[in-house]
This record gives sequence, C-alpha cells and structure tokens, in this order.
Amino acid sequence: MTAAPLLSVSDLTIDIPLGGRTLHAVRGVSFEVSRGETLCIVGESGSGKSLTSLALMNLLPGRLKRAAAAMSFDGIDLLSIPERRMSDLRGDRMAMIFQEPMTSLNPAYTIGNQLTEAFLRHRKTTRKEAFGRAVYLLEKVGITAADRRMKQYPHQLSGGLRQRVMIAMALMCEPDLLIADEPTTALDVTIQAQILLLLKDLQKELGIAIILITHDLGVVARIADRVAVMYAGELVESGPAAPLFQSPAHPYTRGLLECIPQPGKTRPGEPLGSIPGLVPSLTGRVSGCVFRNRCPRAEEACSGEVPVVAFGDARRVRCLFAEGVR
Amino acid sequence: MSEASVAAADPLAEVLPRISPFARFLRRALGHNGLLIGGGVLAAIVLMALAAPLIAPHDPYAQDVARRLIPPVWDAKGGWDHVFGTDKLGRDYLSRLIYGARISLMIGCLAAAISGVIGTTLGVAAGYFGGRVDAAISYLITTRLSMPVVLVALAVASLVGGSLNIVILVLGFLLWDRFAVVTRVATQQICHAEYIAAARCIGCSTWRIVFSEILPNILNALIVVATLEMAHAILLEATLSFLGLGVPPPEPSWGLMIAEGKSYMFFKPWVIVIPGVALLVLVLAINLLGDGVRDVTAPENRN
Amino acid sequence: MLRFALRRIGVAVCVAFTVAVFSFFLLHLSGDLATAIAGPESSAEQIAQIRVEYGLDRPIMAQFIDWLVRALHFDFGRSFYFQDQVTTLIAGRLGVTMALGGMALGFALLVAIPLGVVAAIRRDTWIDRSALMISVFGQAMPSFWFALTLVLIFSVKLRWLPASGGATWKHMILPVVALGTYAMPAIMRLTRNGMLDVLAADYIRTARAKGLSTAVVLFKHALRNAVIPVVGLAAVQLGFMLGGSIVIETVFSLHGLGHLAWEAISRNDYPVVQAVVLLLSVVYILVTLAADLLNAALDPRMRTG
Repeated sequence: MTAAPLLSVSDLTIDIPLGGRTLHAVRGVSFEVSRGETLCIVGESGSGKSLTSLALMNLLPGRLKRAAAAMSFDGIDLLSIPERRMSDLRGDRMAMIFQEPMTSLNPAYTIGNQLTEAFLRHRKTTRKEAFGRAVYLLEKVGITAADRRMKQYPHQLSGGLRQRVMIAMALMCEPDLLIADEPTTALDVTIQAQILLLLKDLQKELGIAIILITHDLGVVARIADRVAVMYAGELVESGPAAPLFQSPAHPYTRGLLECIPQPGKTRPGEPLGSIPGLVPSLTGRVSGCVFRNRCPRAEEACSGEVPVVAFGDARRVRCLFAEGVR
Repeated sequence: MSEASVAAADPLAEVLPRISPFARFLRRALGHNGLLIGGGVLAAIVLMALAAPLIAPHDPYAQDVARRLIPPVWDAKGGWDHVFGTDKLGRDYLSRLIYGARISLMIGCLAAAISGVIGTTLGVAAGYFGGRVDAAISYLITTRLSMPVVLVALAVASLVGGSLNIVILVLGFLLWDRFAVVTRVATQQICHAEYIAAARCIGCSTWRIVFSEILPNILNALIVVATLEMAHAILLEATLSFLGLGVPPPEPSWGLMIAEGKSYMFFKPWVIVIPGVALLVLVLAINLLGDGVRDVTAPENRN
Repeated sequence: MLRFALRRIGVAVCVAFTVAVFSFFLLHLSGDLATAIAGPESSAEQIAQIRVEYGLDRPIMAQFIDWLVRALHFDFGRSFYFQDQVTTLIAGRLGVTMALGGMALGFALLVAIPLGVVAAIRRDTWIDRSALMISVFGQAMPSFWFALTLVLIFSVKLRWLPASGGATWKHMILPVVALGTYAMPAIMRLTRNGMLDVLAADYIRTARAKGLSTAVVLFKHALRNAVIPVVGLAAVQLGFMLGGSIVIETVFSLHGLGHLAWEAISRNDYPVVQAVVLLLSVVYILVTLAADLLNAALDPRMRTG
C-alpha cells in the first residue's frame, strides 16, 4: 500500500455491560480502508460487524463501551476528538446508510427536508442551493421526477426508492467514507442488484471509500476490493477479495464458502457444506481461538494464544493452522 | 443471488440460563419491588378488613358526645384509648377506618367484577366476530366514553337513592369501557394467530375457542385492567360519598369521613388527613400490584 | 383527509345523538322523577299534580321527542329550583368551567410533557424515578382530598392563597393545580414511553449519523413523533377534567358548570342535570374530534394517505 489509508482502526474492542457481567461483543479488530476502495466486512448475525460500523461513527448506544489502540480518519484521531468535532465529521466526511430503509427515514418530515438537513448543517449555504443539490443527487441515484419526490413523505415511497433516498442523503456532503450496513438486506433481489451497481458506479465517479457490512457472500463477490471476515466478535481473516475467495486460509472462511453453491464446481444433488455447532458465549473472559469448538482442525493449542499472521499479498489470518501461510 | 446460510446464533441466548416459564415468573415477581410492596400492603388491608370485628378497638357506630373530636395519639392532647382520635360524634376514628376498608374493598371488587363481565363480553365479542359486531360495540364504547362518569353516577345515585348496593351497581355499569377496549384488541391479536385458525379448522365451537383459547390468553391483561378499575371504583365511591350521594351515613366510608370532617379541617386537619392517607395507601397498593403484574407477565410492554 | 374528516364528523354527530338518548332515558327510567321532585313527605295528590304540571304523565316517547326537538334549539326548559331558563343558567356558568378546564389542561401539559421528555432522556436515573413516583402518587390520590390538602397547606398554614371563591386569578391557582394534577400522570407516562420508543427508532440513528446536534435530534426528530399520541390523550383528559370539575368546583365553591350540576342533582332539578350531562358529553365529543383532526394534520401518513 503506497498512500496512507483513509481510515485505520487497530485493536477495536466493544463491551456490553449486562448487569454485573460483560459481553465482549467485539475484540481486537484492526483494518484499514483507502480512498476509492471497497472493504466488505462479512459475518453472520451477532458477529459484531454492525457494532463495528456504529463504533466508527461513534453512534453506539450509550451503555456500550468502545475502546481501541488507535482509530484515525484522514489523520484525525477519532478516539480523542470531542463529540462536537465528531458530529462535524458525521454526515459530512463520513456518511452512513442503514439496513432498514422502511424505518430509517423520519415519517413526520418530507424527503426534501431530510435530504437538505445535513447539507444545511455542514455547509454555509442557502436552502435553494441545498434543494438543488438534493434534486441533482436524487436524479443521480436514479429517481425520476425528483422535484415531486422532494415534497413527498417516506410512507409514499417504496423500499427501493427509500434506500436510494438514503444513499442520496449520505452523498449530500460528498463524504470521503461511506459506511453501508447491510444496505440491500431488506430489499427485493432485483432492487438489491440495482442498488449495488449504483454504489459501485458512484464510487468510481466520486472516488469515495466504502465499507460495506453484509452477511451475503454473493454481494461481497460482486463489489469487494478487500474482504474482512468476522466471527464471534473477532476478525478471523482479511485480505484482497480475489485471493481470499480463491484460497481461503481460515477454516471458518472455508466453511462459509462451502455453504454456497458454485456453478461448475458444485455438482447437482451434491450436499452443500454447513458448519456444525453454536457460537460460544462471549461473556466473561474470552481466550484462544473462538472458532475452536466448531473447527474440524482444532487442537489443544487452539485454546492458548492465537496470533494474527500476515502472509501473501497483504493477507492476514488468525489461526494456528492457516493454509497457504508458509 | 446466493447467500451464506450460517445458523444465526444470538450470543445473548447463550448467556441466559434456561429456566422454566413458571420459575422465571416467580423470579421476576420476587425481584419486583413494586409488586411485593403493593401485594403486601393490599394483603394487610384485606386481612384488616376481614378481621375488623376482632381488631377494631371500639364500635365504629357508637357515638359519645362527651368525647367529640379527640385528637390522635401523636397530638399532645391525644391518648391511646383513641389512637386516631374521634370524629364530631365521638366515634372512634381507628375503628371507623378499619370498618371503612370493608366498604372500599367490597366496592372495588364487586364493581370491577360487574364491569369486568360486561366489558370482557363486549370486548371479546367485538374482537372475535369483527365486522358489524365490532363496529357496533366500538360505537358503544365511544358513546360510553363521552359521558362524564362522575356526573352520571351522581345523577343516578341521587334519583334512586344512595346506598352501598346502588353505588356498586352504578359503578359496575359505568366502568366497563377499559375492559372492553383492552380485551377487544387482545382478542383481535389472538384471533390472527395461527392456532386459532387451526382450532377452527378442526371444528372447535365458538364457545370452546373463547373459553379454552382466548380467555386464558387475555387473562394477564384482564388482571391488570381489573386492578386499575378496582382502584378507579374505590376512588369514585369516595368521591360520590364525599359529595353526599354515595354510601349514606352512618356507614364509615372513607370518602364520607372526609366529607364529615371537612367543616372541622381548618382546626383539626387530621380528620381529613387520616382517611385521605388511608385511601391513598389502598389505591397506591392496588396500582403497584397491577403495574407489577403487567411488568412480570408481559415485560415487553414495559418501558 | 377531507373524507376522513367528514366520516369522523358524521360519527361524532351520531355519538352525540346516542348520548342524548341515553342521558334522557337514564334519568327517566332510573327512578320516578315526580316523587323525587315532590320530596319524600309529599302526598299522592301532590305527586300527581307535579306529574301533570311537568308533563311527566305523557308517554315517555312523546316527552323524549319534545325534549330533543327543543334541545336542538338550545332550549332545555325551565329549572325547577333556580326558576330560570336552563340555557341562561348554563351560559352564565360555562365560562368558569371552560377557563378552569383549559388552564388545568395547560398546567398538566406544561408539567407533564417536559417531565416525560426528561425522564425518557435520562432513563433509569433519579429524575426518571422521581417522575415515576410523582405519576404513581398522582394517580392514587383522590382529587377532592388532594384539593382539600392544598387548601390546608397553602390557605390555612401558609396563608398564601384564598381557600374558596372565584373572584381573582389567585382564586384559580389551587383549583387549576388540583384539577391539572389529576390529568398529569397519564400524560407524563405516555410522553415518556412515546419518547423512549421514538428514541430507539432507526430514523433517530439516521439523524445522528447526519451529524445533527442533540437538540435538533431531540426536538425536531424525536419530540414531533412522540407528541402525536399525546394530543389524543390530552383531549380525553380534558373531557375527564370537565367531569371532574364537579368535584373541584364544589370543594372550592367556584360557580361553574360542575357546581351547578351538583346543586341541581342534590335538588332533583333534572332539566338542568340532563342539559349539563348532554353539554359535557358534546364538549367531550367535540374536543376528541378536534384532537383526531389535529392528529391527522400532524401525522403525514394520515394527512396524505
């Protein structure tokens, strides 16, 4: 990597206090994102990927505790800046799209009102200018009759349209980083494809960095430059998308990929893979490899310290028996 | 588009120990301060009312003109013979208070029972049958809600003549609205559930569905409304008696005691403070119990 | 929106009519009015005479239609006791009760909404717990007793405010507080719970992700949505308070509608009773109608849907 990354996170930890006990929801997560790059964070529900994305924006619910060794955005230390400065960044240089387009817009205000709100907050500008930019962006995300849509309320729009509005809203201030938390999960398959294509096009045009949170490996394959796989609150493997899909190093990643039928590789009638067992409890002290109770290769050593190993072309894996490391 | 189908496991599910629903109910109930305090105080008042003849130090109706308006024991002029003093006719205040609990509890229970039967019948019918039945019953509820309760109760009580039975009947026939509203919504929700469709499919009769499927499922909600309406009826009886059109003298209704003490309150404030606090404690206990039952049985409704 | 409004108004008219039917038959069927008017010591002839005099010997349907037709012209007949037209009596008393009810509602809203909002924002802190305590006690307190206690404290002990009568604005303070406190707990709880629901909504997270200040998030995005159900409740509470005015006005000797109703009831002056029951019901119907329309105006889903 030549240029300094736009966002770099090292050793991010999120704790959830549960009346006396603590749930260590996210542990030791580190990653970087550069300008113009798409990082996909993949993991099943409860793996901590959404919490990680909220932690970047400092939008975690109040009782959750965030800690990290370092967290910086374009040279700004996100750990030490006051909330006032953080809210200046939010919606301006770092924007976010959420999973539920149906409930992520305020039912009491028009689309126009909600679109222009952030622009008016972050820029010295007029309502007219903000309105113009909103209409421009609505057209850009593929909404026809944008002028009319501006005066409509969220309930008058379909889910796909609302998600487009959310994207336009996130782009209002030309952010450097766009965090999209499962932006297509709640939508129809055809709309999903359109939204992903739209994100990719916008990225090419505007050169923004995108962090896409998803549990859908199909989405990852289409859009990702780099992939980070999370399991039970830890980043088990990360690296450029193509080699990671080609030769997954971590047993969990391999298990995930075996769950997907692949044209040409999977024969008709052949059973798909599955990962037996349950995610371990994350309360109290968590030690060793979190995947060891479900891992086909687990040995006694796995309950000890498992370091992150760097190998190949900027790949990293947290496993004692990772394949292709040496 | 393919999707990685990894079993979604909630990490919290692992955290919580697996216990039976009843044990969880008991644990929640015992951990709920409001429920314990409310239930305890209410139980004490019920015991007091039941054992009134045994624990009341004096006859609550016995007048003694020589011993009028004696202050309670904490006053310098008070004495242990009349712990809460005496009223304007020389009747022992503590004894009247103890017997008064009987009136309040009786009114609360019976009025809530009558209105509970009326309201639940209407609410379940509206929720179960829907359509025109629902429209007609909803209309009835709206109409009932728009009539001022205190005024109607007073007018009827005054025409028929105030007595304990009349007050119970009038309140019973006026306070069914909340029962109807709550059971209607609850029944609608249950009727949309698949097990009701299943019960219909295997040919269960309406009665059977109502009694074995619907009523058991709305019981918790009913208990909560019943406590609310008990408290409501007790307060309304006190109000009617205070206005002189509820329970007639010489019955020791707490509302009546406040009305009788009103003319003396400027010089002897305890004549209204004591029965008022009694009312407050009783209603508070019932409300705490009701809130507690709601929290324990349906914690998702709590905020 | 127009269709919704028209339908809602139609229902309101029907309900008002039903209430009129109810209040008429309730009073005529729950006891013998002639006996009640004549008093317990009167002879059979006296009762018969009264029956003829007041037209109570006619068939009840005839009496009802006659009453209804005149009621539609705001003519409720003559009061038995006050020797005056019922309409004149009511017109003279209405102002006091409306002022009392309006101010009490204003007081309740001014205390309950901020308290509910703060309790929701500072959930599970001492503020939240004290707000809850206030609402629990407020709900359990008999309003007439609370009114008397206010008199004991502020008129007798501290001598700050007059105990009864309605001559000056100072006379109104205690009645307004007593009546308003009656409505406060419900409004406070609804505001708090509504605010908690709304604060957990996805669109609040969106608003925060836009970098909006806490004040904008709370007051623009949260409160607007949380307050919608409060409008309906406030209307219902105003109706309850008008009914409750009978107690408060009696305690404070305020000569309003409630006091008039009490006097009329204790003297079996049933034309007045009937008129007041109908009037208070109609006011309740109108207020809830207004609240429904206001709600529709506040909530775009109803306005445009």
